[in-house]
Amino acid sequence: MTATADRLFQGADWDFPTLQRIHDACDEIARSELGLDVYPNQIEVITAEQILDAYSSVGMPLFYKHWSFGKHFAFQEASYRKGLTGLAYEVVINSSPCISYLMEENTATMQTLVIAHAAFGHNHFFKNNYLFRQWTDADGILDYLEFAKGYVAQCEERHGRQAVEHTLDAAHALMSHGIDRYPGKKKLDLRVEEKRAAQRRLHEESVFNDLWRTVPTGPAKSNAVLSVERRRTLLGLPQENILYFLEKSAPRLQPWQREILRIVRHIAQYFYPQSQTKVMNEGTATYVHYRIMNRLHEQGKISDGNFLEFLQSHTNVVFQPDFDDPRFSGFNPYALGFAMMLDIERIVTSPDDEDREWFREIAGSGDTMGVLRRVWANYRDESFITQFLSPRLMRRLRLFHLHDDPAETAGIRVDAIHDERGYRRVRRELARQYDVGFIDPNIEVVDVDLAGNRRLILRHTVVKGAQLNEVDAKRVLQHLADLWSYDVSLIEVDAADTILKEYVLSPGGLAAAA
Amino acid sequence: MAIHIVDRRLNPGSKSLENRQRFLRRAKALVQGAVKKSSQDRDIKDVLEGGEVSIPLDGMDEPRFRREGGTRDMVWPGNKKFVEGDMLPRPSQRGGKGTGPGEGDSEDAFRFVLSRDEFVDLFLDDLELPDLAKRKLAEAESEGIHRAGYATSGSPANISISRTVSRALARRVALRRPRPEAIAELEAEAAAADCDEARRAELMAEIEALKAKARRIPFIDPIDIRYRRFEATPKPVAQAVMFCLMDVSGSMSEHMKNLAKRFYMLLYVFLKRRYRHVEIVFIRHTDRAEEVDEETFFHGPASGGTLVSSALQAMHDIIRSRFRPADWNIYAAEASDGDNISSDSAVTGQLLTDMILPVCQFFAYLEVGEAANYTFDMPDSSLWTLYKRLRAEGAPLSMRKVSERSEIFPVFHDLFQRRGKRERAAP
Repeated sequence: MTATADRLFQGADWDFPTLQRIHDACDEIARSELGLDVYPNQIEVITAEQILDAYSSVGMPLFYKHWSFGKHFAFQEASYRKGLTGLAYEVVINSSPCISYLMEENTATMQTLVIAHAAFGHNHFFKNNYLFRQWTDADGILDYLEFAKGYVAQCEERHGRQAVEHTLDAAHALMSHGIDRYPGKKKLDLRVEEKRAAQRRLHEESVFNDLWRTVPTGPAKSNAVLSVERRRTLLGLPQENILYFLEKSAPRLQPWQREILRIVRHIAQYFYPQSQTKVMNEGTATYVHYRIMNRLHEQGKISDGNFLEFLQSHTNVVFQPDFDDPRFSGFNPYALGFAMMLDIERIVTSPDDEDREWFREIAGSGDTMGVLRRVWANYRDESFITQFLSPRLMRRLRLFHLHDDPAETAGIRVDAIHDERGYRRVRRELARQYDVGFIDPNIEVVDVDLAGNRRLILRHTVVKGAQLNEVDAKRVLQHLADLWSYDVSLIEVDAADTILKEYVLSPGGLAAAA
Repeated sequence: MAIHIVDRRLNPGSKSLENRQRFLRRAKALVQGAVKKSSQDRDIKDVLEGGEVSIPLDGMDEPRFRREGGTRDMVWPGNKKFVEGDMLPRPSQRGGKGTGPGEGDSEDAFRFVLSRDEFVDLFLDDLELPDLAKRKLAEAESEGIHRAGYATSGSPANISISRTVSRALARRVALRRPRPEAIAELEAEAAAADCDEARRAELMAEIEALKAKARRIPFIDPIDIRYRRFEATPKPVAQAVMFCLMDVSGSMSEHMKNLAKRFYMLLYVFLKRRYRHVEIVFIRHTDRAEEVDEETFFHGPASGGTLVSSALQAMHDIIRSRFRPADWNIYAAEASDGDNISSDSAVTGQLLTDMILPVCQFFAYLEVGEAANYTFDMPDSSLWTLYKRLRAEGAPLSMRKVSERSEIFPVFHDLFQRRGKRERAAP
């Protein structure tokens, strides 16, 4: 037995020097053995109530005010009080410094686990994964949120809470369609954004002259009818970022409304990578904490008892119920991600013939961490599964693919299972479940009837016969019409360009506060 | 490697409070309905305890574009016996498996917990006290004290030293009081050995003159002294007294007393929200009335006939001796089973119209009946008939019949409904 003097802590109690020691020990392992590259860490100790607070504003420490966050809070609180849900072990924010929250009730072992998991695992992933590098600005996010909060509060003061709430409601409804999916524009720099907004307002105030309002508008300018093509190019159509389109082109929005759309859009964009990397992100963090905890135990810094406590919660986290288990609710990203990371480790260190055939580049290369770091940096869930889900893991998880065609009366067909014929198909289908291109409905702004009634035309390309839920679609389109201020229509077309359904909505009473 | 450990536990919590209030405001109509519903089957003591309510999600959901239907492909773990090409029977419709559990959208009712204050606010929100005009400055009540400049008189404890000294300094300078150093200097010169007699005499005279002047002009004069002045700010305090009158004659059963108690408690809670001071006076009566404490009021045994006028007389006496109508808002609620000796009617009516009603803000008569459901065909009791007549003559009386526990809330709501909605019409 190693001397107890080496231990980071005894029993369950901890204090701030203990946290510091834990962090330093993890840091040592993370850098020297795992070769992780992380943002500076900031660890915040908070109470259970505060973690509920954090939940309700999508985990961010500061956020603008909106009733929907209050609703989420009330919901979370109720189910927490009833004991339906436990609290998350960790909340971690993709920012620099990387902020992770520790709950004060946790034992020392749990704090170690959370520090290893969040402050090193997630942190490394945030800093290195290409999606995060491309789409998020870790240095600027906290300042930007601060600005957003202040800006929204200011708008409420100037334009009334009601109007701001309507605008935010509408923007939230379209949030999932306020994302640029393809890079092309330069990376977001949120600090510059913030300055830009302030400058623009200043400029408007300095050039404001009420006289302009009284200048009579002349007869309409030349009626040259734009060709359809030209018009669409001018408006940048088709455009799938609906919020962006509205911000730039909606005819009757107030400047502050455009700014609010922009804020919501930026925040949606900030979270975009997270939705695409759930499996990888959690897999990375879980793998990292697993390695670090094991190493700490080997070094005698954690007692056997504490290590067992860790193993117990670790096992709970990576538990994957089978499909026929009442607890089943889809794949557990922790379980799948962790299993795949371990599997890659196995392929790299002790491959069998099958692995050599399937993963020629990495099989037996021996450099586990090198391979994993490359994987973590360059893939998202969909491509990660497509590349690295091994036949052996498919066999272990006993994966199978179901094809449910409503037209088929006999039932649901088992399309592929974990056998020689099915590996590739199962893998492709699983990857597709994580492909945002398939998850979100494909809706684009295709045209605006500029010469006529200014109707905005959207188009939903129906994939595999899944149409929009009618009630929700109408509500969202109502919000859209209110922002656009004129009629909005949405057509649903299938691959053969037949129109399946058409919605037309007119702006309601609130309109764009003229 | 730099690391910051921050203790945020002491930060103010409830960051979400404002969001929560926004949510409640938005869902107000829904939540209010839920609150009323849930309060109906509660005990009066718990009515204000807050607790869980559930509201329909309609109107509170956040719509998104969602897809449904179509062909679905799923990859699941845990295959036990299927091989490619098997056909599985469709499970009975369980709703979309597409949305994750725990999401608000997949629920049709939304449950959450309201705090005590939120509950009371919502519960009493659309109620209003009748005639709040009589607000009175209560002499005794002062809401703290605050500094109000300086005064020339006061207690020694309040002397403002800095002020006093600076005034003294100004006065000394203005009157050219010799400085002690100047005198000491002259004295030193006089004491010096090389000083001749004439010069010494001259100096001594000068010193004497200066000393005399210094004595005439004191270092600190009583006129310099300033005291810190404090002022008590009286704040208007609307105070109320609530009279609970109850018939405790033999014909009143426990059930009836319970009904009355509920009503009194509601009234108390309600008044308490509007007035800082609410006093309660319990008057029970049989054929004679007495003021008692709460315990005796509800549970003390009593027997005898029924003479309502005795209670009104007692109330009148108490008002006269302790609660000047000019200073107090007076509320009264009378509960009875309606029995009264018929010869008493005239006295009761007169007392009520001439003495009681003119000084009362509100007078409610609650006729309590047995639990049996004969409320509607209950023949009008003697008291009910009397009060009805008085009301027809224009007396500001509110009266209701109650025989079930669950009727208390609706009746209460009814009585205090906001005036805008229902013109003073039928109280």
